[in-house]
Amino acid sequence: MTASTSSVITLHVNGEPRTLTVDHRTTLLDALREHLGLTGTKKGCDHGQCGACTVLLDGRRAVACLQLAVAAEGRAVTTIEGVAEDGRLHPVQEAFLELDGYQCGYCTPGQICSALAVLDEHAAGWPSAATADVRPEAGPPALTDDEIRERMSGNLCRCSAYPAIVRAVAQAAKAVSA
Amino acid sequence: MTPATTTGLAPRAVGTPHVRLEGRDKVTGAARYAADFPADGLAHGWIVTSTVARGRIASVDDLPALKMPGVLAVLHHGNAPRLKEDFAGTFGPDATTQILQHDRVPHAGWPVACVVAETPEQAREAAETLVVTYDTEPHDVDFRPGHPAAYTPDASPAGPGRAEKGDVEAELAASDVVVDAHYSTPELYHNAMEPHAAMAYWDDGRLEVVDTTQGAYATAQDLAQLFGLDPASVHLRSEHVGGGFGSKAQVRAHLILAVMATNLLGRPVRIALTRPQMFSLIGHRSRTAQRVRLGAGTDGRLRALEHTALSATSTLREFVEPSAAYGRTMYDANGHRTVNNVLPLDVPTPTYMRAPGEAPGSFAMECALDELAERCGLDPIALRARNEPSVGPVSGLPYAGHRLLDCFAEGARRFGWAERDPRPGVRRDGRWLIGTGTAAASFFTGVFPVTAAVTANADGTFTVRITAADIGTGARTALTQLAVEALDVEPSRVRLLIADSDFGNAWLAGGSMGTRSWGWAIQLAARELRERLALGAAVPADGLTVRSDTEQAVRALAAAERHAYGAQFAEVAVDPGTGEIRVRRMLGIFAAGRIVNPLTARSQLTGGMIWGLSAALHEEGIRDAASGALVNADLAGYHYAAHADVPAIEADWLDDPDPDDPVGIKGIGEIGAVGSAAAVANAVWHATGVRHRDLPIRPDRVLIPEQERAGHS
Repeated sequence: MTASTSSVITLHVNGEPRTLTVDHRTTLLDALREHLGLTGTKKGCDHGQCGACTVLLDGRRAVACLQLAVAAEGRAVTTIEGVAEDGRLHPVQEAFLELDGYQCGYCTPGQICSALAVLDEHAAGWPSAATADVRPEAGPPALTDDEIRERMSGNLCRCSAYPAIVRAVAQAAKAVSA
Repeated sequence: MTPATTTGLAPRAVGTPHVRLEGRDKVTGAARYAADFPADGLAHGWIVTSTVARGRIASVDDLPALKMPGVLAVLHHGNAPRLKEDFAGTFGPDATTQILQHDRVPHAGWPVACVVAETPEQAREAAETLVVTYDTEPHDVDFRPGHPAAYTPDASPAGPGRAEKGDVEAELAASDVVVDAHYSTPELYHNAMEPHAAMAYWDDGRLEVVDTTQGAYATAQDLAQLFGLDPASVHLRSEHVGGGFGSKAQVRAHLILAVMATNLLGRPVRIALTRPQMFSLIGHRSRTAQRVRLGAGTDGRLRALEHTALSATSTLREFVEPSAAYGRTMYDANGHRTVNNVLPLDVPTPTYMRAPGEAPGSFAMECALDELAERCGLDPIALRARNEPSVGPVSGLPYAGHRLLDCFAEGARRFGWAERDPRPGVRRDGRWLIGTGTAAASFFTGVFPVTAAVTANADGTFTVRITAADIGTGARTALTQLAVEALDVEPSRVRLLIADSDFGNAWLAGGSMGTRSWGWAIQLAARELRERLALGAAVPADGLTVRSDTEQAVRALAAAERHAYGAQFAEVAVDPGTGEIRVRRMLGIFAAGRIVNPLTARSQLTGGMIWGLSAALHEEGIRDAASGALVNADLAGYHYAAHADVPAIEADWLDDPDPDDPVGIKGIGEIGAVGSAAAVANAVWHATGVRHRDLPIRPDRVLIPEQERAGHS
């Protein structure tokens, strides 16, 4: 690989600076999986259509397959491996585990990262397509099941664990806000 | 075992909810799937597929690709190692395994080359620049009833192509009420979340393979045969599998090419399919065209039942989607004829997909019965009650557990069916028309002979080894529960190892037979081990192992009609202005034998019901007649139910004991996906007064129903 087709970049992954040399064609997803060994982030379609590779990029959710690694230079990436702290599961992870919010588990890292962002987005007052009244003065909508379904719809689950995932996100929302 | 609500006592191991044993690994990203395993010196393969639907490969211009950075090899039919030509594996002869063995292109998306390079980026770029030319031939992807190439096959795994008793025509002529309706379902694609992937390398004289498969032993055996290897020299693992639904049961191109490449290069090779490749390389559910003719008296009692189904297969292998087999065990009539026809076309080879036959077949039959109920002025549940057979309509065998009507009764009570106004098209909620529908469900209870080994270790723990696969079914947890029950020990003392071909024959996770078959073998070995220990057998330092093989026990099972049953209910809202359909709620009540783990069982059942919802309203592979290829081969073009499509879905079950059955487990992988599409379609009729007999019920079909559309074309 010549210098003109690769770059040295630094990503802040799960709180740690990680410096690596990547082909300019390498997606953030492949950089995480193939270069950093963080295979928890899954490749479901490589086209931004399924949500399996959802990570948090500077705290906001993003599909890692549609992001070139070089474009993420200097940014903070949270993957599923960075969600639990000191071996203690995050309430979202706890809820998925307890309520069976998955089956095969392949979409689960993306669902969980998306759910983390949903809780933050909701707490920040963001409306969704399911929000009846989107005027700022209406305040944040209640995080109903329909709101959760709408906000989680970028994450496909072919096992169709959707009902349990919705219950898990709702339970985690209560746990986080408590 | 992580206790959820158990006391931890062995006698309560089965029937009590347990979180998945691998659950923590799944929610932390630690669970490793086939593409997640690293290897020193790993090379990456990228498959190139045909752009034409029929013809011969004229040339593969591999020189430019070979000069590209990092490219190690370009495999194609001109240089690929030879495979066993007359391969016959777990599912019989299978010409789809003959990858890069000939210049013939049997369908669009057939593998014609594979580029192997140091990095995935290099492999992909070289693959995308590889020029392959073809001598094209006219293709035929024209699926239609009446096609001259269609025929009635002798038999499929679901039974004979044709089953008949009595005089259907005479009974129809003598019937007061006749329903004669045509139904169709489109090409459907499994689309497990995990794309097929395999990594292969040689280590100390053994071919080490990590594959995503529903049966590691079966796949290893097939692979050995295909490559002419000693089966003992192939070691295949599939610890975690990201969904299968029937698409991960056979040796597929990614695995074959990974092994070819590692043989050639002498280093580890990984190949993963792209999502679009999953629309031509791993099988699918064929389109179906079905005709149902029912004749009955005004009391709704069936005199005639005829179900004729047509599905497509490829020119490589005959696979029959046996939709018409559904009625053979469900409904009786003096005149009874069910025929599964098949039509070879220049399309990819279809395969088993969750509830093969039962899913599309129940859509047609359960909708036709709803039409019959309407014509007879009967409640749909009452109609089914009047047609409950006492013995298998075709087999004449007794039923081993037959609680269909109990499922309906319990479901009707919980769904509020008694308050239902039978008239269609009369309920409004704002812009929405509201309706409810119901349908029966049935799936056969099969079993295959398998082996298991249970070891008492010197430290007082137990290890169970079985080549089971947990493709998301919860098998790992359920089998551990069954082992705990049979050993009668604390759950923490039992460790279950699965998905390793070295553990011996255990067939596959498929046909709702996995947990039943594996559980049987585990309990057989565990009980014997427990008895030996109780009699004072000593445990040597390397452990005391009991092996079981259920071959004899399976054969000794008395012949009977063994099935799981269910009653499906759905409520829909239809917007006649936009054609949008929203499912508002679904309920399924099942009688499916012994439920080992209620927590994961509920997920299996509701997951299946959502497959029915998705088939009813969303899923459709669209094949272009001009190119012979699919036009929507990705997850943006092929929509299946997402979060926002799925309402509150409830599944529950009745006790369903079978005293003659040593395990009592019936399997729950497919039953949820049977009848659920029909329940939705019947609810759409109840909402709108229009019968939709072609799936999916798209908005345009709601806006311009079939009856009107016919007049326009």
